[in-house]
Amino acid sequence: MKNRRGVICFKNPPSILGYAAVAGDMEANGPLKGKFDKVFQGDMDGEKSFEKAESKMQLFAAKQALKKAGLSPDEIDIAFAGDLLNQCIGTNYGLRELNIPFAGIYGACSTMAESASERQFRFPLEYGGQRPLTAQWTATAAGAVVLGKQNEGKVNVKAACVGEIIDYQIKDMNNMGAAMAPAAVNTITKFFKSTKTQAEDYDMILTGDLGQVGSAILSQIMDKEGYPLKGKHSDCGLLLFDRQRQDVHSGGSGCGCSAAVLCADVLKRLETGKLKRVLFIATGALMSPTANQQGESIPGVAHLIFLEGNIGHGNCD
Amino acid sequence: MEIAISLLKAFCVGGLICVVGQILLDYTKLTPARILVGFVVLGVFLGTIGIYKPVVEFAGAGATVPLTGFGYLLSEGVRQAVKTQGLVGILKGGLSAGAAGISAAILFGILVALIFKPKKK
Amino acid sequence: MNMSYKEYGQLVKKMSPGSPIYKTFPLAFLIGGTICSVGEALRLWLSSMNMSKEECGIWVSVILIFITAVLTGFGVFHKIAKFGGAGTFVPITGFANAVVSPALEFQTEGFILGVSSKMFIIAGPVIVYGTIAAMASGIICYIINCLGGNI
Repeated sequence: MKNRRGVICFKNPPSILGYAAVAGDMEANGPLKGKFDKVFQGDMDGEKSFEKAESKMQLFAAKQALKKAGLSPDEIDIAFAGDLLNQCIGTNYGLRELNIPFAGIYGACSTMAESASERQFRFPLEYGGQRPLTAQWTATAAGAVVLGKQNEGKVNVKAACVGEIIDYQIKDMNNMGAAMAPAAVNTITKFFKSTKTQAEDYDMILTGDLGQVGSAILSQIMDKEGYPLKGKHSDCGLLLFDRQRQDVHSGGSGCGCSAAVLCADVLKRLETGKLKRVLFIATGALMSPTANQQGESIPGVAHLIFLEGNIGHGNCD
Repeated sequence: MEIAISLLKAFCVGGLICVVGQILLDYTKLTPARILVGFVVLGVFLGTIGIYKPVVEFAGAGATVPLTGFGYLLSEGVRQAVKTQGLVGILKGGLSAGAAGISAAILFGILVALIFKPKKK
Repeated sequence: MNMSYKEYGQLVKKMSPGSPIYKTFPLAFLIGGTICSVGEALRLWLSSMNMSKEECGIWVSVILIFITAVLTGFGVFHKIAKFGGAGTFVPITGFANAVVSPALEFQTEGFILGVSSKMFIIAGPVIVYGTIAAMASGIICYIINCLGGNI
């Protein structure tokens, strides 16, 4: 395992054994219709509160991913999971019955305080355990991934790049895409430089939830930086919803859930060989309503993982 | 005919006041909450200097239904209270005039919370 | 990335679509105007029943607040508000919605710390600064009255 300022190439890349995606009915009626493992009906799916419904979703996603991996909870060494509710309660209550060693993470990223918040996918860095489980989540969608040894599953995690917190002084809570785009630029260029690769070397460069505005900014700056994305770029926020048909905010940013897109669609395409090399960049706007009201700007962070269908076995460096 | 004219006046004046709010919303960073506060305070101010009253007389509900009208109501209340009760009217007038609206909002708020379940936006 | 905060801010501004004012302004006018003419119709109807001007005004507000509360409860209000923009939040309907919607949303946190305290999360500032402004107005009236004026 080599580490260059956050860029990590795994000598023995972990592979993805199982994954699951769960969504609310609005997400399930978008372009990814029919690809989710389960659709939760209504706003709360019969639960008493949004928080309870969220825990239920997360638990389901985790269980389903385990089932697909053919594992039971006590075979899991460690779970990394997070959500956006205060104190990460969605995760804490959702996973309490599984009795898996648990490390909570706050991956950030939320939309406007009153509307759906989104959970951020974050990859376990210290993948130390052999079979960590990553669960992640949005208010109306959840995804979970079970990781194991190299080539046990069909998709390997070849490399990761931990992003820095980048703040370009965006203060507008309604323009999270713009707050996150510089972080995505930073992480992607750092990864390209360090691995001496460029957009052509990948089949897909998938960012988290930049939305329409953030995506446009990203590709423009990447052109300027000399790493044009050349049509390889897609954004989960845009993939999950049909912006023409579904009313998801004017800008399209926010309200996305990269975890569900990854787990419902992209991983399947990697498994079947339709996609081979994918860069997945989860972006988060580290927005706190309190800090924002105190006049603070919104920092962004972006973490990258490099996923490869296990047909090829090249090293990333 | 008279009724139609009253309705038209209310429509135009009320609509214009709302467009002012929309301009603030689209061209400034002001949030709806700040705009609402601004409108009420503006209504109190315009009521105090006597500009809002003729607008109310002209447009009726077109001027009283927007939140500037709530501000005007407060200023009218305090003006009359000061007139009849003196110093203590400063403290009593505003809220007394707005009491019905605030109480109604509280009552219906509680009732709705009792009867309905929240829906996602 | 080689860009100053200012340059980036300008880029963001350039890339971000503005509100489509050819749509928002007419809609605000139309929906705001409609709400006000409903109020006016109510006022005319009530005053035809020999109600005093003051009473009419109060009942118009109460009825509009009631309608808003019901629409908010059924989850319809925010759909209208999405089109109406300032047209729905500037009239008293906006104030009522600001009270009712948090009351509904924070139900699960109980009726004391949830519903009743969150009720004023938006309407609170309106009442606070409205009252302060009214008191300032009262002081001015009082001074003018003391000086022998008649306001």
